[in-house]
Amino acid sequence: MFSEEKLNKVKEIIARYPEGKQKSALIPLLHLAQEEFGGWLSPETMDYVGSLLQITPIEVYEVATFYSMFNLKPVGKYLFEVCQTGPCMLNGSDQIIDYIKQKLKIGVGETTPDGLFTLKTVECLGACGYAPMMQLGKHFREHLTPEKVDAIIAECRSKANAN
Amino acid sequence: MQNAGQKQTQTKEQVRRIINENMGRKLLLDKAHIEGIRYYDTYRKNGGYEAAGKVFKTMSPDLVVEEVKKSGLRGRGGAGFPTGMKWSFLAKPEGVPRYLVCNADESEPGTFKDRYLMEFLPHLLIEGLLIASYALGSHSTYIYIRGEYAWIPDILEEAIAEAKQNGWLGKNIQGTGFDLEIYVQRGAGAYICGEETALIESLEGKRGNPRIKPPFPAVKGLWQCPTVVNNVETLAAVVPIINIGGEEYAKIGIGKSTGTKLISACGNIKKPGVYEIDMTISVEEFIYSDEYCGGIPKGKRLKACIPGGSSVPILPANLLLKTAKGETRMMTYESLNDGGFASGSMMGSGGFVVLDEDQCVVRNTYTLARFYHHESCGQCSPCREGTGWMKRVLHNIEYGKGKMSDIDLLWDIQRKIEGNTICPLGDAAAWPVAAAIRHFRDEFEWHVKNPNAAQQRNFGIAHYADPLPVAAAAV
Repeated sequence: MFSEEKLNKVKEIIARYPEGKQKSALIPLLHLAQEEFGGWLSPETMDYVGSLLQITPIEVYEVATFYSMFNLKPVGKYLFEVCQTGPCMLNGSDQIIDYIKQKLKIGVGETTPDGLFTLKTVECLGACGYAPMMQLGKHFREHLTPEKVDAIIAECRSKANAN
Repeated sequence: MQNAGQKQTQTKEQVRRIINENMGRKLLLDKAHIEGIRYYDTYRKNGGYEAAGKVFKTMSPDLVVEEVKKSGLRGRGGAGFPTGMKWSFLAKPEGVPRYLVCNADESEPGTFKDRYLMEFLPHLLIEGLLIASYALGSHSTYIYIRGEYAWIPDILEEAIAEAKQNGWLGKNIQGTGFDLEIYVQRGAGAYICGEETALIESLEGKRGNPRIKPPFPAVKGLWQCPTVVNNVETLAAVVPIINIGGEEYAKIGIGKSTGTKLISACGNIKKPGVYEIDMTISVEEFIYSDEYCGGIPKGKRLKACIPGGSSVPILPANLLLKTAKGETRMMTYESLNDGGFASGSMMGSGGFVVLDEDQCVVRNTYTLARFYHHESCGQCSPCREGTGWMKRVLHNIEYGKGKMSDIDLLWDIQRKIEGNTICPLGDAAAWPVAAAIRHFRDEFEWHVKNPNAAQQRNFGIAHYADPLPVAAAAV
């Protein structure tokens, strides 16, 4: 269940659309739910979002499964989404992905045993001029090198320890 | 030799001056360097919202449409359709709302220009949206932005709030009686939502499956109402068009490539980034001059280039710098397309991807095929099955498990996708494969003939890839 504050946000989002077109709020609400409920969308979460919009569960599932940003399985606290498409490949994304695999001892799509890191490869994120790059949370990390990857991992670890 | 070289440069300069005395003009990024231009006060102090003010004081909505028509502005998202004409197609039935939707779903590999505009000049987009909404009669305008640009909605929403505080959005804007709200909607990771009908579906809270056209969005779009979908850069360009006038704007550039275009340059170049060009410069100048890409790092030679985003045909260096007729290839819609797909390419979205001599065209094509397979919505079988099939065959070739017949098979598959799908994603997936085989067949054959080498090395067989022009190497 969303907090009072988030429910107000839900109302504000629904108000952006004409009367009766509240289904348009589905993707924004799924983003909100994913942020609130542990970084992924469980069937229960999706059903809850459906109930807020008065739409059937299947209408939520078919959307959640279509868009690659919605995680349908639990992911680590820090999700490394590394771009591997053409322009990033030309600038060494293959090597960066290999480096992260080796450093975290996980494969693509896997999570470290401590639940901290998940590695995911993604297709073009629109940062081709700043390649190689990855998305971490809300922001992009660009011009990646093995040293930068080390620093990012250390930064995540120290943040996790601080909590 | 040196003298001859100098003379040639001078002549080129003179030619350029004759073609256009406005060369080098910047209309979108001219103020991008100003500290704080992201915020209303600075934007306003530097001439911001003057175009909107002019429109409200002196122009009717139809006059704005006329002005955009006169400018010759073509859609900057990739298709290059004349914007004014698109606007004039908008149906205006009584009592039915009309909508303007800004396509900020920028997802074409190699393209990152709209991100730049939104991140650094949000008010330019808001002003463009305001003018366009007024011209089209939209009272609720939506910016559909790709979900991965997760921090940009905050920037846009801040700018929207500032514009509202200063009377440029909301009710009765500047006392004209015109009402407008702008909302930002995030996508969630789907390239296909850059296609306008898929974008509309997504905005309605559905899967991004493109619609069968007709009806076109201009008649039945968002919530079955008349809708115009325009790219970020297109809408931003409306501001300078109003400021300097459509006719003046049309004087910039060559032929039907009017105005300025943002090019996002990436790949193997010294200075990747977003550049505003006035469509009077040559491709060679764009790659090698210090004003733009600055040449190729480490003294490497130019091998190939995808000049307009991943969907458009890749060109080998010789055909990139000169057309098949031997004319200098220019950075214009027409010149990049010169020779059709046999020997030309397209301006597309302006995603300019440069490959140096160490790059492997097979691997590059494989990553693009994987991209299109990942992004196919799955609605049409030629695209759904064909993109996956091409990806698998390319994977085999790239990793030394290919057969000679696979090259013809690839050609056959792409031919059967192109033109046989509801939306252009099928074509977009077919063209890069077709062009790679057309121009670099020898490199595919090399992979088949040398499976061990192909397996051991993913990169760097370029010295084998013919032809490299002497001119490019000498610059």
